[in-house]
Formats: sequence, C-alpha cells, structure tokens
Amino acid sequence: MRSTPMAQETPRTAHLMWGRLTALGPLIALIALIALGAAINPTFLSVANLTNVLSRTAFIGIIAVGATLVIIAGGIDLSVGSMAAWIAGSMIIIMNRLVPATGTGWITILIGMAVGLLLGMAAGLVNGLVSTRGKIDAFIVTLGTMGIFRSLVTYFADGGTLSLNFGVRATYRPVFYGALLGIPIPVLVLIGVALLGGLLLNYTRFGRYCLAIGSNETVARYSAIPVDRIKTLTYVFQGLCVGIATILYVPRLGSASGTTGLLWELEAIASVIIGGTALKGGSGRIWSTVVGAIILSMIGNILNLTSAISQYLNGAVQGIIIIAAVLMQRGVRKGE
Amino acid sequence: MDSSDVLLEARGICKDYGPVRVLFDVDFSLRRGEVHALIGENGAGKSTLVKILCGLIPQTQGELTYKGQPWRPLGVSEAERQGVVMIHQEFNLAEDLTVEENIFLGRELRKGWLLDRRAMRRLSREILAELETDIDPTARVRDLSVSQKQMVEIAKAISRKADVIIMDEPTAVLTSHEVEILFKVIRRLVQSGVSIVYISHKLDEVKEISQRVTILRDGHRIATEPTEALSADEMAVRMVGRSLEDMFLPKTPPPEVQPVLTVRDVTVPGFAYHCSFELYRGEILGFAGLIGAGRTELFEGIFGLRPRAGGFVERAGRPVEIYSLKDAINCGMVYLSEDRKGKGLITLMELAPNLTLMSSVREAGFWLRRREELQELERAIGEYDIKAPSLRSLVAELSGGNQQKLALAKVMAIDPQVIVLDEPTRGIDVGTKQQIYQFIHDLAATGKSVVVISSEMQEIIGLCHRVVVMRSGRIAGVLSGDDITEEEIMLYATGVKGAA
Repeated sequence: MRSTPMAQETPRTAHLMWGRLTALGPLIALIALIALGAAINPTFLSVANLTNVLSRTAFIGIIAVGATLVIIAGGIDLSVGSMAAWIAGSMIIIMNRLVPATGTGWITILIGMAVGLLLGMAAGLVNGLVSTRGKIDAFIVTLGTMGIFRSLVTYFADGGTLSLNFGVRATYRPVFYGALLGIPIPVLVLIGVALLGGLLLNYTRFGRYCLAIGSNETVARYSAIPVDRIKTLTYVFQGLCVGIATILYVPRLGSASGTTGLLWELEAIASVIIGGTALKGGSGRIWSTVVGAIILSMIGNILNLTSAISQYLNGAVQGIIIIAAVLMQRGVRKGE
Repeated sequence: MDSSDVLLEARGICKDYGPVRVLFDVDFSLRRGEVHALIGENGAGKSTLVKILCGLIPQTQGELTYKGQPWRPLGVSEAERQGVVMIHQEFNLAEDLTVEENIFLGRELRKGWLLDRRAMRRLSREILAELETDIDPTARVRDLSVSQKQMVEIAKAISRKADVIIMDEPTAVLTSHEVEILFKVIRRLVQSGVSIVYISHKLDEVKEISQRVTILRDGHRIATEPTEALSADEMAVRMVGRSLEDMFLPKTPPPEVQPVLTVRDVTVPGFAYHCSFELYRGEILGFAGLIGAGRTELFEGIFGLRPRAGGFVERAGRPVEIYSLKDAINCGMVYLSEDRKGKGLITLMELAPNLTLMSSVREAGFWLRRREELQELERAIGEYDIKAPSLRSLVAELSGGNQQKLALAKVMAIDPQVIVLDEPTRGIDVGTKQQIYQFIHDLAATGKSVVVISSEMQEIIGLCHRVVVMRSGRIAGVLSGDDITEEEIMLYATGVKGAA
C-alpha cells in the first residue's frame, strides 16, 4: 500500500527553510578551514600570513563580485581573465607613452587607471550587447571575446612581455603593496567593491531585476522588466570590476603578457559557486562569493604550510571543494 | 456488476497538493473491453485521477488494483510496459524525430545490434493506415499539424499493444471527420478487448462512444452510471451541481458609447490574422474558441510581447504605438498570462517582490523600498483575500488559488483601465473562482474594462457582456445578449457559422 498521507508534499516547505539556513554554509566552511590551518601550523594565524592571503584574494574576489551579479541574472562571463590581461597591457602601453608628456607621477597613473576602468566597462558592454541584441548564448559570446582579448595582449606584446616604465612603477607600487591603518589597500578595495555589489544586489531595483531575470526570464519579460538592458548592465558592472582588479594588479608585477590573468575566469566562477550562488541564476549573495574566494586562496596557503599534502595538489583540493559545494546545493534545491 | 471482468480499479483515492486536497475518496473501475467516460468541469479532478491511474503521480491515499494485483507503477514507462498507456492533452512527442521514430520511441525494434528501420516503417504504415490518415511515417513531428500530432499519439498508444488506453480530451483538436475515424478505431480496439478511459467535455461524444460514465465535481465522485441511463442534459446538471446564478452575478451590460480599446486588422504572424474588435468602458468581453485558436497570441501581439504585422490599436480614441509591454502599461493596459508559473509569478521568490515586480518598473527611484513593499503586500492580502503562511513566504508555498489572487494583485498594482485576463480561473478551486468572478464583476462595475480569455464555456457565458469567438487565428463572430449560448459559441468555434 502506498498511502502515506501528506508525506509527498510537505517536505517542500521544510526544504525551503533549510535552504535559508544553509546560507551560512560557506561561512561555516571558512571557519572550519581557518581552524584546520591553525591546527596545522601556528604561523597560519599570523597577521602577516592572513593579510598576505587576503591581498592575493583581492583580484579574484573583486572579479567574482561582478561574476555573482552576471550569474544571478542568468548569464556567464568567461572573458574576465583575458579581459584583465588586455586591460593591463593597454594600461601599460598608454602610461609608457604618457611618460614623456606627463612624467612618472600620479597624473600618468590616474589617466592609466581611468583608461583601465573605461576599457573594462566598454568590454563588458560589448559582451552584454552582443549576447542580448544578437541573441547569442553568453557562454559562446564570452568564449569568443576571451580568445580575442588574450590574443590582443599577445599581439601588443609581440609575443613577449609588456613592462611598465620603472619610474611609473615606483610611484604606482603602493597601490598594491601599501596599507591603510594596517589593512592592505587591495583588501580595502575588495571590501569596497563587495559593499557596492551587495548594495546593488539587495537594495536597488537593478538587483531585484537581476534576481527576477535569473529566476525566470519569461516572468520578468511578462512583468515589463527591460530584460536586455538589465542583463547588459550586469556585464558592464563585471567589466568595471575587472578594471578595478587590473588597476591593483599592474603595480604588483609591473608587467603584462599573454599569460596574465590565466584561468582567472574559472577561479572567479568557482568562488561564486562555492559561495552558494546557483549557476542557473536567480539567487545568490555577494558576501558568500567573497568568502568563496577566500576559501579558494586559503586552500593554497594551507597546503603551502603543511607537508601532509603536496602543494602541487592545490588544484585537486580546490576541485573537490567546488564539487562538494555544488552537491550541498543540490540537496537544498531538491525541494523545487 | 460482475467484478471478475474489472481490469483496473481505484478505491478511496485521495490526492493532496500541499495543503489543498484535489481528490476526495474517489472510486473508479474499468471493465475489460469498455469505454468508460470521465466527465467534469475543468478542475474537477479528471486529469489528476487518470495521472494517478497511469503512474505519473502518486496518490496520497487509497488503493489501486490492475488485473487483480495491487497496482503501483513506478512511473509512466513501467505503466506502459504493463499495458496502461495515456494519451496526454499536451503532446508527449519528440518534435525533432520522425513519426515512426516517435511511434517506437523507447522500444525500438532491432535486428541484432542495429535498428530494424524497415520493420518499424512497415508497422508504422500499417498502424497509420488503420487510422485512415495520410501521415508520412518519415515526416518530422515538428512539421505536422496539431490534429496530425494527435493521430500520431494515438498510433503510438495502439502500437504499444495496450490493455488500457487513457485518452485525455482526444478530440479537442480534431475535425469532425477525424473524430469519426477515431471513434471507429476506438470501437475496433474495444472489440479486441482493450479498455478505454475517455475524458471529454463534449457530452454528445460521451453519449456516442461510452458504455459507462463517471462524473466528477470538485474532486468528488458524483455518480457512475451506464451511459444510456443519462441524457446529456442530466450529465451537465450533475457536472455543474449548482445553478449558474450561484456562481455569477447578474450582468449589467454597459452602454456602448466610446470604446476604450479599438483593435483594427491586427495580425500576429503564425497565430492571428486581421483581427478587429472594440472594448467598451465597464464591459466584460469574452474571448472564446478552441485551444490553438490564437486568442492568447493575439493579445500577446497587442501587448507587444510578440511581433505584430499590420493593424493598429486605439486607446480611448487615440492611436497608440505599443511595441513592448512597458508601452502597454503606460497606456493603462495589463495582461495576466494563463501560464501562472511560467509567465506570471516567480515561484521561488517571496510574495512582496512578486507583487511589486511589474509596478516598480514605472517608478523612477534607484533604491528598493522594502518597507513600503511589505505594506503594499499587507494591503493586497486584505483586499484580495490572499491566504499565505506568512508575509515572508515564497510564492511556491501558496495554493494555486492564492497564487492567482497574488498574480491578479500584481497586475492591478499599476492601476490599469484595460485588464486582459487569460484563463483567470484555470486550475483553482471553486471558492476562489467565485471570488475572482466577483472581482471581475466589480472591476467592470467601477468603469474598468475587462477581457476574459477562457476555454470554460460556463465562465464565458456567465460572466461576459459580449463574446468574441475565434477560430484558426481569425475572429469568427461576436455574440451578445441572449445569443451567448454554448451552442452558438461552438458553432462559430468549429466553423459551422461565421467567416472562415
């Protein structure tokens, strides 16, 4: 006999509530990871080590904030790593050309930064417009631009490396290596970008529309939401985030080449996924993405501090974490 | 009754969807070699019952027996293997495969390791010939007409050598000639010992083809009788179970002074051609027609949700250019889709964002106003009598009727003058239906104009001041006053009356 009264339907509500509770999942995972790190090696908890980890998280973290909005609205952007390389190369070329006119001071650098931000937004605009107006899957469009951006920087560098003028480099250096009140500038910028992303997502109509489009694009269309414009804007914001990350990246090495920002897109998407944002869109949180990015770079850091597992297995451990995160999400989403 | 020849039996079946019970203690039996008709209004529970019979959904309570054994198929494919096949209202065909590939889908004939295409083609031809249709077995299903697809579905069921075939409104999209052929096939199947559950709205068909009839109403079994013991009128009375006056308020047709909406010669390519009509202030205008007549697509075209070719629209006497839903909203017009979960509400979002999703588009502000959203929700819950577990519930946690009230509140939040409601009471309980009828009536009484697209005759007849009947993408006729009867509507809908 198969008479199980009510049992078939009631778990839905329970599932939804559990879903709200597991929002804390990434944070719990991070705390566990910190505890593990501390147990393995006491230097893990040192201020120097933690600020180092967080500074290195900044690039991916900032880009992942943008990726969160893109993915929440049902899109994907594979071009961010190449875009960062292209922007870095372009910034270096322009700043080097400016040196004779404006010197090696802050004017040159500020112009370079402005160019970086504008290029990022322009690249995002192209990604967004081509996929919405051209009705091409964002995966394909950004796969295409990924190749284009990477090839452009290789072409600019003539297959080699573009190096920033040494005078400019000296002035620019503190933007990555400096600190304010003991907090590294990249970390401060990451916090700022995350706050901006959180504000956009949770407190503006734009964010609400992103969630609506990602949940059900047809309903959004039948609610008179300008779907194409909102989606395009998510790519512009993503481009802006890449621009900001690149501004921080250029003073770190002072150079750019065909391998700059390699696989950043995958790390950014992985951060979003570990943070619990569904790849199919419709829900997600900015702070969890940042936590996801920290988890990713912390794994590498802990592997460096221990001899139990080879650090060459960094990618394997990260991969396991990503798959585990999605499996946990699946458990939550079965209720749908 | 001789119980030995009962093939499939259901006893005490109950089905709950969340807190809502849609079937109450229903008994049903199917004898070997009979056509057993299952009739009832939309939402009476017919489809739910047969979905349980064929293993598509589990029952909440009750027992099934098939061929004397307890019957609990784990899904459709197992049910089909055991000989219980359902022909769905929405077709279950792989559009990009050919007719023969569909007929043998999942049980392809093989010669060793390879497909035996020749044998499958020959058998497909035989079955299709039996159905007296000229469908080419090698044609792609995508390229077939709706009635041809229905024939392929039937061919597929026959080819499975089923003992029980469940047909859910098989004639809804067939021409009268095709219906005749179908009935011939059914008689032949029954003679060879197949049993058929036949769901239909068309009582004359039920009279013609079935031996017994079970009437469902609001999830309860009202009667099971030999068909010859009931006249079509008696069936109708038992199906409805209450007089129309109980459900609908007296109509007060408005004076036809100045139309608030004039549609002239509008064409929506592929769906509706050269459609013209007027809508007056305070009027409830019905749009009737068979499924696929192009009613939904016509209005999606008018509202800028589909490409439109030719024609023009006037709003209160002034020409308007509507190229997007936002343009329509700016003209004070809203459209509530028939597809509540696909186009109406975001089910995994909370109530307040859903309620304000459409109205917020007209606001200029950058920031969300969450507190005001919640106040608006509280107001809507009161005004529309929405029953929700809490203010922070997700839409998915609401019953269908309450979801529909929320969807209604959502489109009403822009304070429209012209309201188009597409199947506003599909799949909701009778109590909520009555509330929605009352609400539509009140809208018209306060001078708003309402278009009701509905496939439920009763609703069209009980509610509307005038009725536009569409057939194959064209307006076949407009009825008003005492001409609004089921017979008249069907005459236009099926092409007996009116321009083609």
